[in-house]
Parts: sequence; C-alpha cells; structure tokens
Amino acid sequence: MTALTDAAPARTYKAHAKPAWRRVLLTRESAIIAILILVIVVALATVRNFDSPLTVTYLLRDIAPILLIALPMTLIIITEEIDLSVASIVGLSSVMTGILTQAGVPFPLAALVAVLVGTIAGAFNGFLITVVGLPSLAVTIGTLALFRGIAVGLLGTTAITEFPEEWTDLAKANLPGTPIPMIMIPFVVLAIIFAVVLHFTPFGRSLYAIGLSKEAAAFSGIDVGRTKFLLFVVSGAVSGFAGVYFTLLYSNARGDNAMGMELQVIAAVLLGGVSIFGGRGALHGVIAGVLLIGTLGSALRLASVSSDIINVITGLLLIVSVVSSSLLAWLQVRRASAIGKRKGRADASSDPS
Amino acid sequence: MFGLQRKGRVALAAAALTVGVALVATGCAGGGSGGEATDGGDGGDASLSITMLPKNLGNPYFDTSTGGAELATEEFGGTFEEVGPTEATPTSQVQYIQTAAQQGAGGLIVSANDPEAICDALDEARSAGVKVVTFDSDTNPDCRDLFINQATAEGIAKVQVDLITEQIGDEGQIAILSASANATNQNAWIEMMEEELAANHPNVELVEVVYGDDDDQTSFDKTAALLQTYPELKGIVSPTTVGIAAAARYLSTSEYKGQVALTGLGTPNQMREYVEDGTVTAFALWNPADLGYLAAYAAQALITGEITGEEGDTFEAGELGTFEVGPDAGVLLGDPYEFNADNIGDFDF
Repeated sequence: MTALTDAAPARTYKAHAKPAWRRVLLTRESAIIAILILVIVVALATVRNFDSPLTVTYLLRDIAPILLIALPMTLIIITEEIDLSVASIVGLSSVMTGILTQAGVPFPLAALVAVLVGTIAGAFNGFLITVVGLPSLAVTIGTLALFRGIAVGLLGTTAITEFPEEWTDLAKANLPGTPIPMIMIPFVVLAIIFAVVLHFTPFGRSLYAIGLSKEAAAFSGIDVGRTKFLLFVVSGAVSGFAGVYFTLLYSNARGDNAMGMELQVIAAVLLGGVSIFGGRGALHGVIAGVLLIGTLGSALRLASVSSDIINVITGLLLIVSVVSSSLLAWLQVRRASAIGKRKGRADASSDPS
Repeated sequence: MFGLQRKGRVALAAAALTVGVALVATGCAGGGSGGEATDGGDGGDASLSITMLPKNLGNPYFDTSTGGAELATEEFGGTFEEVGPTEATPTSQVQYIQTAAQQGAGGLIVSANDPEAICDALDEARSAGVKVVTFDSDTNPDCRDLFINQATAEGIAKVQVDLITEQIGDEGQIAILSASANATNQNAWIEMMEEELAANHPNVELVEVVYGDDDDQTSFDKTAALLQTYPELKGIVSPTTVGIAAAARYLSTSEYKGQVALTGLGTPNQMREYVEDGTVTAFALWNPADLGYLAAYAAQALITGEITGEEGDTFEAGELGTFEVGPDAGVLLGDPYEFNADNIGDFDF
C-alpha cells in the first residue's frame, strides 16, 4: 500500500528525481514500520517470554480500542481538526451498555443503542463544529467534560459487572487456532474501509485538500462542512463501538472507563506520521504507530521496567520522531533557499509539508 | 511528498537510536531478561518469585506494605518485584497482571482498584499457574486464592472503644465524628461501638454522632460545634482518617487541647504533629508493613503447596507467627495497630 498523499503543488520535481521504490521506502510511515519491526526483533532476542503467543493476544486485546478509534481520528487530524472527546464517548457508551443490560434489554440491542449514543454524541460535536462554526479543539474539550460528566453521573461510582457470558467470552476469544483476538476481525474490516476511502477515493483526497487549505478546498467544490460533520459522526460511532468492546473485555461498565485514552490515541496517530497541521498522513503509518507504542510498552513491562520509565520512553519516541522530521523540513527550506539564491532565483517557494 | 526521503531517513535513524538506546538501557538491564527465551513458566518446580501490584505507585501507604512484603520475600529466599500503574483506575492494573502471568511469576499480591474489572485477568494468571493473594482491597472471592484482611469490623470497633475509655478514665461524655451518614463501614463500626459501650462501659455516655462528610473543613466545623454544644464532653472518637486529622487540628489550637481526648483511625504522617504536641495520646489503624509481610508469606505458602486456601489451613508467617485461613479464603492480620508517641516515629505513611 503506498502513501498517496494528494498531489502537492509543483514543487516536487526533486522528489520525482528519486526512483519510486525510494519514495515508498523512505517515508515517515516506512520509518515507523521499520522501527516497529526493530523493536519486535530486539524484544524477541532480549526479553524473556516475549516470544509467547500470549504476548500477541494480550497486546492486541488491550490496544484494540486505541486501534479502532485511531482510524477516524486519523481522518479528522488530516483535515486539521481534532476530537478530544473520544475517550469520554467510550465511557458514555460503556455506561449505556451497562444500564440497558441491567434493565433486561437483550445484549445485542443494548450494544446497538450504545453505539447509537456514541454516534449522536459525535453528531453533537459535528454540529457545534460545522454548523455553529466553533473550533474543534474548544468544542471537544468541552464535550470531553460533558460526556464524561453524563457518564459518571448516570452510574455514580458504582459499576455494572453482570454481562451475558457468551458475549464477554466472545470479546476475549481468539480466532480458532491462533493467538489473535476476535476483535481484530471488525478492526481489519474497518481498517480496510478507512484505508480505501482515505487513499483511493475522491472523498479521501478531499480530506487532504481541506487539511492543506480549507478555502482552496471550498473553492474547488468540496463541501467542507458536510465532510467534517460526517467525520465526527463516524468518530462517535467507532468510539461507541469501542466502548461496548471495552465493557465486555473487562466485564465492567463504569463512567470512568477509558479515562485519558484520547491522548493515547492522538499520540499514536502523530507518531504514525500524521501532521497535526493537517494535510499529511497515511493509515498504515498510524496502525504501525499504535502497534509500536503497544509493543514497546509490552516488551518493557516484560523486562520489568517501571511504568513511569515506559511513559518517558514513549514520550521521547514521539518527540524525537516529530522533531526529526520538522528539523529536516527546516533544513530543506534553508538548502532550497540557498540553492535558489545561488542560481539567482529568489523565488524558490518550497514550503515543505 | 516533498523531501520525504531525507526526512524519513533521519527520522528513522533518530527514532531507531532512541528505541535502541531505550531497549538496551532498560530491557537488557531489567532483571530476568537477556537470557534465552523460554516457553513461559518455570518447568515443574514452584518459583518463589513474588510480584507486588499495589493500587498505584508512589503512595506512601503502599510503599510501606511493599517494604513489608519485600522483607518477607528476603526471609524466605524468593525474588521480589513491585509493579503498578501511576493512576489508580479500574482497568489500569490489567496489563501488569498479564505481564506477571507471562513472566511466570510464582505469586501475585494485589490491592484491587476494582473488585470486578481485574477478575478475568486474575483468572487467566491463575490458570497460568500464578498464585493470587489480594490484600487491603479485595476482589470477588472467586478471582483469588487468598485475601489478607487488615482488620475485622469488631476489632476496629473494639480498639477505638478501648482507647477512648482508657483516655477519659472510663467515665463521662463522648461523641463520634464520622464520615457521612450513609457510609456503610462507618455505620457498622459505630453500631458495634455503641454495643460495646453499653455492655462494658456503663459510665461512658455517647451523646451524639456527627458527620463531617470526610471533608476537612466540615469535620473541623463539626468538632468546634460539638465542643460548644457539650461543655462537659471528655472525648471524641473519629473512625475516619479525614475526621481525626481535622478534629486534631481544631483541638491543638483550642483551649480544649489536652482536656478533651481524641482517638480513632488515622495515619501516622497526618497525626504525627498532634501526637508530638500532646493533643492526641494514641490512635489506631493497621500496620501496612505487617499486611504486606503476611501477604508475601501467604503467597509463599500457596506456591510451595503448604496450603491451598481451604478454610482451616494454617501457615507460618515469619515473625508474625501462625495464621489460619478463615471463611471465604480470608486471612485476618489481627487486631488493629495502636500508634502512640513511642512508636509513631517508626512509620512513614
């Protein structure tokens, strides 16, 4: 899968001077995938018990909610918006699942309503951002508190822990004969849908266009408002689904479930090569980013490294990867302008993405 | 896609370096790694490796219990490790339980953040051969092998009655400063204290139970109001760490200091200055160090097969002596611990 970012303005002739394989292999996404492979290889060689199938099961099971939510989050950040309310929607959906199940509603229906509640919450975000025209950062900071408040308010400090066993077993089950959890099936299906939409459709290309320049996108006929509204609705729906899964995984519906997960998702998305300024990023990089943070944490925990040091390492990894690419961009601007001056062409307009 | 090839290369190099350094500095230095990977578990022989998982790290109370568990592990010649989340959220302990199961830990000692959320992870760990001992905060009894209970309600009620009656000369008016009117455990203790007073201390009169809602300022105000309402009051019992500290703060700066006795449940760090300045002579809680110490010995007894967690099983816990497993696979640490001017300096939690 190649990273088909939108055709940048006519300043990419230098990139095209390289053969195609180099363009594919030396992207940020490829760098993250390479580091992921490196971490796995090093961990297999040095960390005891890392090679057990349990590692795969636990890792994928625990990061599944982050993997799921990272998909719509990628699209949102590419359009230069952000959704900080996702973890609160997970909590709200978890509480809804619990309350309805406790009230005797059949589980599939309860789960459906919980996903619907997530979708409505996402639509509420989308309405405030696109119709009222407020910045998504401000709106979703507000709804982060609002949805969390409703979730905790509905259940108080109690937890609902009784769920039909066939469903909790399903949430924890593996694909027969493999260490891979069942939850990977809906994830892979969603990931393929999101990847196709983002990288192989006009709609996907319009997201990059919006991220690069909202005005230009609007002039070229893209309905910016409708596009963003749709993204926030999808983000709410996926978060709602993640909430149902989270509830089943821990047999626990609580208002404070998944507290702080929004930052884990955003960190992984940025690590995966998506620019916080919009207009750049690819899904395979994001998936590798989530897996990298998860695998690194899992390997370090198995090597008995304390949790605060794991946090420090993850933070450094994110900073180093973001800083190194920004630094390079800056160097390239300098070099380009120096070349421009030498050639007597002061109009070397290269603004790197 | 401008210039990504260069960006990518340096990003790759820099990030690879970070990861490499991090893994080498931590992973390879981490205990128990660096060897050839094994197929999980330790073969047939039971390993005396103990993993301690408190509610969260950096909490003085749990640092004390971890110290106790570590001491016990040294005594019986096991290996000890403390792991845990920085946040005490319901699901934050799950990944540490999974890691302990993967590492083939012999015993896992847990103070549960949530009685249910970590159950499945504990079950998985137990089916991988890990013995699970809860302490301080229990899970559902089905999810663990033993629970080390710090104190019974009867013990907590009795120690407070004993302390206050001793401090006021077994006669006069006392009052209780509780947490909130609907706190289940507080109400159970108060009921037992009332029974104990009626049965064995006929000259002591409990004039009122007031509620400070476990809020420092409210508890402080209620203490002031009590002393104005009952000029003859000789003692106050506060079975909550927030209440006793607020009451002590009020008393220490009032004319009643040293005149009105105060006792209850408190922690040494909160109460130290009030014991030193004579506001409080003695109060009670349990000793977290002993709690951790007992939990580690219980884990060892399970690992070696000395006990299975059946009611009536007995095991030795080093300096603490012999313990018996009670109903619901519970082990009682014993009577609450009294803190006073002589021993308060030995504690830091």
